[in-house]
Amino acid sequence: MLPFTGTVAVTGLNATDNPGPGLAVVRALRADPRFQGRIIGLAYDAMDPGLYTPNVLDGAMLIPYPSAGREALLARLAWCQQRFGLDVLIPTLDSELPALCDQEPLLESMGIRTFLPTRAQYDMRSKARLDELTAHGVPVPKAVPISDPSTLYTIHEELGGFPLVVKGVFYGATIAWNVSEAIAGFHKQAAEWGLPVIVQEHVSGEELNVCVVGDGDGGIVGAVPMKKLMLTKSGKGWAGVTIDDPGLMEMAANTIAALKWRGPCELEVMRDDRGGFHLMEINPRFPAWCDLSAGAGHNLPMAYVDLAMDRTPHLPDYRVGTAFVRVSINQIVDVAAFEGLSTVGETASLTSDDLPEGGDMPSPTTIRPLH
Amino acid sequence: MNAGTDRLSQLAISASGFVFDPRSGATFTVNDTGRTIIEGLRDGNGLDDIVASLDDAFACDRADLKRDTLEYVRQLRDQGLLPTDFELV
Repeated sequence: MLPFTGTVAVTGLNATDNPGPGLAVVRALRADPRFQGRIIGLAYDAMDPGLYTPNVLDGAMLIPYPSAGREALLARLAWCQQRFGLDVLIPTLDSELPALCDQEPLLESMGIRTFLPTRAQYDMRSKARLDELTAHGVPVPKAVPISDPSTLYTIHEELGGFPLVVKGVFYGATIAWNVSEAIAGFHKQAAEWGLPVIVQEHVSGEELNVCVVGDGDGGIVGAVPMKKLMLTKSGKGWAGVTIDDPGLMEMAANTIAALKWRGPCELEVMRDDRGGFHLMEINPRFPAWCDLSAGAGHNLPMAYVDLAMDRTPHLPDYRVGTAFVRVSINQIVDVAAFEGLSTVGETASLTSDDLPEGGDMPSPTTIRPLH
Repeated sequence: MNAGTDRLSQLAISASGFVFDPRSGATFTVNDTGRTIIEGLRDGNGLDDIVASLDDAFACDRADLKRDTLEYVRQLRDQGLLPTDFELV
């Protein structure tokens, strides 16, 4: 297999307690011996923690928030291309995709390759439309998008009674055990994410996740299933382990086939007490645990780079029983590391070993002048 | 292998009694007695053979061993590691 020596740009470096997936994608690429290229971090904030992780990024640039629109993003990518010479772009946040789906020809004309879903595929997996997959034999809890909270007085009759799950259109969910809780949940989600709010049948069981890369023709290029072993208060996985469940993988295959999904995604699946599988959500990008795929020997971010570059991915079977345990650490940097991103919005290197002499927290006398 | 012990056969069991279920991702520990019973079930042994193995290793009253083995099998059924209709005979 030929090494990859190009330059990859990765977004989603907000590695907080609810981390963006960017740092996991970067770590997966760095873990692959075939990856001998450069990685440029694309961030929304100069304080995104992933920017300051040692020895992973070769440079970084701030990009406009998705709300600024496609033109602003493309203009910034063009500048980034001029500065760093990008070959591949890996967007890792849901909100970035509407501006990038169906833009492959334009991005390619700029010299930037992607391997992303079409806009139609992106829309089809939305929470409001997910239950259309039941027509393709994929079990999905019944869900109804609503914009009027008065609907909540009767909707439980349609969804099999309480409890119900009241979901924000992009993120967030509240379990409601009665009408009052459902109405409170509606206003909470609507205030945070806007309308519609999705009301979904509740399914209890064991949550499982699958990180998948689809080939765009209905097939799976690679997939790694994971069971969360430890959750944060907001339900995010803080530890997990690769598992081997043929039924889960069959559901993943059926889902990807039904959508003809192209590119990376995460399937959130519930296994009920009788062993039945229910597709709860599809996240249209790599999950924040996708470096587990590299650890298990089935490097899906590297497969993305291969597919974007029209190469054949090299994906040996993943190892069952490979676990990840997340950690919070304090990254010690010289305050001068903030300079480039804070002033001109870019920097060539954030990760040089430029700790002040002695290796301790920089004191005022050891901080270099910014200008 | 006994019919219905497929899940048990998939378990990864270390010498220290640490067990990983590759289907569910669950981990748990078993003591020497539990490991002897699980290994007996995986080998397709019947109740008398498993009780004999336990007696060889731990030298207990056979009636107690038989009762405790059946209780352990019930727990394995409850945990979903044996089919709900599995009976050790």
